[in-house]
Amino acid sequence: MSLSTFKGGTHPYEGKELSEDKAIRELSFDGDYVFPMSQGIGAPAKPVVNVGDHVLAGQKIAEAGGFVSANVISSVSGTVKIIQPRMTTGGVAVNSVVVTSDGLFETIEGIGTERDWTCLDKETIVGIIKDAGIVGIGGAGFPTHVKLMPKNPDAIEFFIANGSECEPMLTSDYRLMLEEGEKIVEGLKICMSMFPQAKGIIGIENNKPKAIEHMKELCAHEPNIEVKELLTKYPEGGERQLINACTGRFINSSMLPADAGCIVDNVATLAAIYDAVALSTPLMQKVITVSGDAVKETANVKVRLGSSYKRILDEVGGLKEGIEDAGKYLCGGPMMGQALFDLDVPVTKPSSAICAFIHDEVSENPTTACIRCGRCVDVCPEFLVPALMQKAAAKHDLEKFEELNGMECMECGSCSYICPARRPLTQSFKEMRKLVAAQRKIKAEERKLREQQAAAAAAAAKEAEEKKEDNK
Amino acid sequence: MANLRNVSSSPHFRNKTDTKSLMLDVILAMIPATAFSVYHFGISALLIIVLTVLSCVASEYIWEKLMHKPITVMDLSAVVTGMILALNMPPEIPVWIPMLGGVFAIIVVKQLYGGIGQNFMNPALAARCFLLISFAGLMNNFSSAKIGFDALTGATPLAMARTGDITSYSLFQLFLGNIPGTLGEVSSFALIIGGIYLIVCKVISPRIPLTYLATYAVFAFIFGQHRGTYIVYEILSGGILFGAFFMATDYVTSPITVKGQYVYGILLGLLTGIFRCFGASPEGVSYAIILSNLFVPLIEKYTMPKAFGKEGK
Ligand code: SF4
Ligand code: SF4
Repeated sequence: MSLSTFKGGTHPYEGKELSEDKAIRELSFDGDYVFPMSQGIGAPAKPVVNVGDHVLAGQKIAEAGGFVSANVISSVSGTVKIIQPRMTTGGVAVNSVVVTSDGLFETIEGIGTERDWTCLDKETIVGIIKDAGIVGIGGAGFPTHVKLMPKNPDAIEFFIANGSECEPMLTSDYRLMLEEGEKIVEGLKICMSMFPQAKGIIGIENNKPKAIEHMKELCAHEPNIEVKELLTKYPEGGERQLINACTGRFINSSMLPADAGCIVDNVATLAAIYDAVALSTPLMQKVITVSGDAVKETANVKVRLGSSYKRILDEVGGLKEGIEDAGKYLCGGPMMGQALFDLDVPVTKPSSAICAFIHDEVSENPTTACIRCGRCVDVCPEFLVPALMQKAAAKHDLEKFEELNGMECMECGSCSYICPARRPLTQSFKEMRKLVAAQRKIKAEERKLREQQAAAAAAAAKEAEEKKEDNK
Repeated sequence: MANLRNVSSSPHFRNKTDTKSLMLDVILAMIPATAFSVYHFGISALLIIVLTVLSCVASEYIWEKLMHKPITVMDLSAVVTGMILALNMPPEIPVWIPMLGGVFAIIVVKQLYGGIGQNFMNPALAARCFLLISFAGLMNNFSSAKIGFDALTGATPLAMARTGDITSYSLFQLFLGNIPGTLGEVSSFALIIGGIYLIVCKVISPRIPLTYLATYAVFAFIFGQHRGTYIVYEILSGGILFGAFFMATDYVTSPITVKGQYVYGILLGLLTGIFRCFGASPEGVSYAIILSNLFVPLIEKYTMPKAFGKEGK
């Protein structure tokens, strides 16, 4: 039987062997914890605590700042030290609540209380998930409660659990499936209970046979959940690619998974949903992988949100002896992760790893001219022509870029990875996409303004008309 | 936080294959054909090949030096151009002719258009055509002192097939390469080994060569003598294998879209068929490729892939 997958994609060095056998262990420490108000997609949250306040672990310290936005929960007990912009993994300063831990990790009342979710109705479940501050913690950070409220719940045919973990070096989802697989299955069942027509699929790449076997065992008596073995290929875990691999359906950038009758959630998100709904525990901790050829000890650690990456790396063992500084530090994996220039930044909800590499393959491989080899075309999972898109990008030709479907690019990095001329394709697409999006926004605003003016003018004309009538 | 760290946009991994390693693979793939030509035509063949390569590399180096451009000879693409050009030469050619061709290929066809990746015609082939026009007599002399092909018996199998004679060389002779012809095109066996190497190592995709050969075979079947051996004869002679594996697949001058590569292969097959059937020039393959090169932008324009999830829109 041929395994399910999508078309295109590449096989970068996986590096899973470095950390896949390291069991998850908890890591807590004293000191400052930093909670940025913006942790993923959506409007920033609004702080609801003041400097000097004493907070407990599990306490809401900031409230969702809009519909697409999520609460922020303190992961420690202690005192609010300051509220100010702090540097984040993205390299920008974001308004953050800083809590100095008292080292006690006291929680608010009721945390851990078991709850029978089967007698909860849909609104209650979504409410709990919203209060728990859960976002897609697989990477994108989209607020989960929004995802769970599609326009037409009856049209959802597949609820897909993303266990593909296609990003190299990352093993946190793998460990979670092995060690807390029950939570994932229960979390999936909770979600499926809200969509009567939905069938559950757990998609796992076949480079994780143990996880596949374990999840299959757990689902042996779940007739409505299928564990799907996927052919290992990057970027299998991309939402559009995963949907395609699991169901054969296609969506483009202007569609939502729900338009294809699907909802996708990462396995770690599902475990968090279980914690929140069945164990009354909001999102406070997260498993991340510590890996790379420069670290002394690789690990999968369950850390508290707000922990500093630097601290985590130090606690786990730091760099290998003889290495003063790594060639490159990443938050996340090598294909889509962010390069860090400052390690003292906090773990946020979508964080997945810290990697340290001896060599920086990017700066060691200078860019040369495109030889039109077509490799980028072969690997692009969105069926684009990166070589031509870059030509448009080099000329800042937004129109041409859009015409080449540049806005469909998912920034997966496959083209840059494969390019023999080492062209920074993905990087230029990110910039172009931002420019195009900004331009679209301006255009939309202009249109709105014009419409308003036209409406105002029409109203004025009408008024004048009426006045005339009155005068008669 | 004073020390500067390497930061860059994702992805942070790079595949091992780079331009240089790809070019090296192409060179390796041409070694069997090169070795056979030296064995078959004698040491003078080696001299032609080495000097043509040197001429290409030197032209590139000197030009870039003079123009104050970064020196790119280390990417080995000039070596590939030199080898392809040399392997397209008849055995008794005075060596200064391909050397002149090398200068033309690199400076006029490649560098004047902006260097690697920018030229729209295959440099080696454009140079071959330039030499054919300028030195028709010398370029069409397929006699060879070493193996006793004189000017009379030195007609290439293809030229003979044109006169209806396909019996003077056996298919086996054609396959091994025991025939007159240009340095690199004679041994089908050596070329197929090289072609398989390129495909297995994923240096080229089989899309262009196979569509090309298949289209041409069909063409030969329809317009030729409706005999199985005749088609094999056509495929094994006249440098079509060399063209299909090594020249039509030149990255720079072939389409980058997948569908475009099929279209390109079909176009090549048809043009080669037309040139061979209606004109008796042994360079039908070269002309077909050069001409198809000019259609590449057009082919690409009409074969853009549909973006993921945008079918039917
Ligand atoms: S992979 Fe790189 S060299 Fe090849 S066509 Fe794409 S951009 Fe050009
Ligand atoms: S980064 Fe964009 S263009 Fe490049 S392979 Fe991924 S989706 Fe395609």
